[in-house]
Amino acid sequence: MPLNVIACIKQTPATGAIQLDQKGEIVTSAMTYGISPLDEYALEEALRIKERVPGSWTAALTMGPAKAQEILRESIARGCDAVYHLSDDAFEGSDTYATSYILSQGIRKIIAEKGKVDLVICAKQASDGETGQVGPAIAAWLDWPNVSFVKKIEETTDKIIRVVRMMEDGQDVVEMALPALISVVKEIAEPRLPSLKGKMAAKKAVIPTWKAADISADAAKIGPGGSPTVILKKELPPKRSGGMKIDGATAQEKARKLVEKMKELKLL
Amino acid sequence: MSEIDLTQYKGVWCFGEVRHGKLVTQTYELLTIGSRIAKELNEKLSVVLVGHNLQGWTQELLEAGAEKIYLLDHPELENFTDEAYTKALAELAAKEKPNKILIPATTVGRSMAGRLATILHTGAIADVTDLTLGPGTNGAGGRALNAIRPTYGGNLFVTVRCEKCRPEIITVRPMSFPKAARTPGKIGEIVNVPINPSSWNLKTKVVSYAPEQSSELDIGSADKIVSGGRGLGKPDNFNLVRSLAKALGAAVGSSRPPVDSGWIPYRHQVGLTGRTVKPKLYVACGISGQIQHLAGMGQADTIIAINRDPECQLMKMATFSVEADLNEFIPLLVEEIGKQKN
Ligand SMILES: Cc1cc2nc3c(=O)[nH]c(=O)nc-3n(C[C@H](O)[C@H](O)[C@H](O)COP(=O)(O)OP(=O)(O)OC[C@H]3O[C@@H](n4cnc5c(N)ncnc54)[C@H](O)[C@@H]3O)c2cc1C
Repeated sequence: MPLNVIACIKQTPATGAIQLDQKGEIVTSAMTYGISPLDEYALEEALRIKERVPGSWTAALTMGPAKAQEILRESIARGCDAVYHLSDDAFEGSDTYATSYILSQGIRKIIAEKGKVDLVICAKQASDGETGQVGPAIAAWLDWPNVSFVKKIEETTDKIIRVVRMMEDGQDVVEMALPALISVVKEIAEPRLPSLKGKMAAKKAVIPTWKAADISADAAKIGPGGSPTVILKKELPPKRSGGMKIDGATAQEKARKLVEKMKELKLL
Repeated sequence: MSEIDLTQYKGVWCFGEVRHGKLVTQTYELLTIGSRIAKELNEKLSVVLVGHNLQGWTQELLEAGAEKIYLLDHPELENFTDEAYTKALAELAAKEKPNKILIPATTVGRSMAGRLATILHTGAIADVTDLTLGPGTNGAGGRALNAIRPTYGGNLFVTVRCEKCRPEIITVRPMSFPKAARTPGKIGEIVNVPINPSSWNLKTKVVSYAPEQSSELDIGSADKIVSGGRGLGKPDNFNLVRSLAKALGAAVGSSRPPVDSGWIPYRHQVGLTGRTVKPKLYVACGISGQIQHLAGMGQADTIIAINRDPECQLMKMATFSVEADLNEFIPLLVEEIGKQKN
C-alpha cells in the first residue's frame, strides 16, 4: 500500500559564531542558510520510503519567510513530489507551541487535498533553536502517536509503522498505528545529492504558499500572541578562559604534569 | 492565548524517569534545583513516577528531598511511549495544577515535553542549563522561571520565560546541577494515582528492548568523557581511547569522522549532528575542534586536548593542551594515572 509522507524541514543558518547588534538581536546579514543539518536525514528517509514502497508520495513542508523557498526547491531537486510553504508575517515570532500548531494546520490542509497523509517525519531537533519539541507537539495537535530519536524504520504496512528508537541504555523497537509522526537521528540514512533532472524541475516549480487564513489558523495560537514562551534575553556565551599549555622535554614529563593538574582539580 | 489565573497553580514537580526498570540519576539533579525553587516559592516539592512496579524507588526519593510522590503505576506503562506517558502526566497535571514541571533532558524527557505542553496548552522550554526564579508577570503568585539554554550549537545563550501559562514545563540538561544529598529516614506522602490506560485508545506499543551490549558508560550522563577523532588514524586506535577512558572511569565519545567511517557506533558521536554532552571532564584525542564538534561539548567544565597541531581550535580553547602524538602519549598518560592510584 502506497504511503503519503511529509518531511517537515526548516531553513537555518550554518552553525558558527553569532554576532549581536546593539539591541541584542542576531545579525543575520552575514549568515549562510540551508536545510537544517538533521532535517536532511528526515528528508532522505521520506524519499527512501517512496523508493521502498512503490506508488508512495513524498512532500516537504516548511514554515518560514519567503527565503525559505530555497530549501523547498532543494527538496524538489532531491526528488520530492510536492512542497508546501507556510509563510505569513503573522507567523513570525512563534515559539514551539505556535509553530507546531501552524505546521499541524498545514498538514490538515494537505490531508484535505490529498485524501490522506500516513507519516510525518521530523528531525530530532533544528540547528538553531535546538528544542526538538516541534515534532512531538505536531503529533499532539493532530492527536497522532509519535516516536522520537528514531534510527531505523523496520517496517511499514498500510496500517502500522515499526521503528527502532535509540535510547541511552540500548534500543527499543516501537510500533505505532498510522497515521503517525517520527523524529529521526542522523543514523537513519545518508542524504543524497540532487539529480540534474531534479535541479531542472526545481527551477521550474511553482511553490504553493499558504497564509494563516489558507490553513484556517486560529489567530490566538500563532505568532508572539499565541506563544506561551518569550525570549527575555540573548547573550553570547562566556569566553573560555582556557589555555594552559602542558610543556615538557619528553612525552613522559608532559604526562606527569597533566596528571598533576588533573589531581589538583580532583579529576582522578 | 487565553488569560489564566496563574496563582491557582502550586507546587514543583520533578519527573522521576524509570527507564527499563532503573531510576535514572538525573532525577536527583532535578531534586536539587527543584527544591531550591520550591523553597523560594514556599511550595511543595513532588516527584511523579510513571511506569510499573515503582514502589521500590519511593523511599530514596523522599530521602533525596521529595515531600510527596505521585505513583502512576500500571503494567501498560512499563515501557516508555510518548502517547501513554504524556496522557498519564497530562491527566494528573490537569487535576492537580502544578506550577512547574521539571523533566530531565534525556531521550524520554526531550521526547515527551513538547507533546505534554501542547496537550496542556502551556509552554515547554528545552534542554536548560541554568534556572532561577524570576519576577512575576501578574501578581506575587505568578513568578516565572528564567531558564537559560544554549542554542545555535552553543553559540548563543537565551533566557526564556513562560509568562502566561502554567504549568511551566522545563527539560534540564543532564549534569547541570549536582545530585541531591540524602537525609536517611525522611518520610513523606505517597499517592497512588488510579489510572486506566485501556480507556485511552493508545496507538503505540513497545515491541522489544535490546540493552546496549557493551558495559561502557553512556556519554549522556557521564561525568567524564574521552573522545577520539580522525587523528586516531585507524579503528584499532579506539583501544587507546578506551584504555584512557577506563583509567579515568570515563565514557567513550567520538567526533564525526570515526563514526562515518564505521570505527564506532553513532551513539558515541558528539556534536551538531550527534549528541550534546556536559561532562566535568572532556578529553579530546586527535580532534581538531571544528565548530560542529564544539556544538556538542563546548559546555564541558574542563577540557583536555591531546593533539600534534598546537594551532588547532581545540588546543587553543582547551583548559589544558598537550602537544603530542597520541600513539605515544596516551599509553604514558594511562601509566601515570595508574601510578597515582596505587
Ligand atoms: C552539517 C555538519 C554537521 C556536522 N556534525 C558534526 C558532529 O556532530 N560532530 C563532529 O565531530 N563533527 C561534525 N561535523 C564535521 C566537522 O565539521 C569536522 O569535520 C569534524 O568534527 C572533524 O573531526 P576531527 O576533529 O576528528 O578530524 P580533523 O578535523 O581531521 O582533525 C584531526 C585532528 O587530529 C590531529 N592528529 C592527527 N594525527 C594525530 C596524532 N598522531 N596525534 C595527535 N593528534 C593527531 C590533527 O592535528 C587534527 O587536529 C559536521 C559537519 C557538518 C558540515
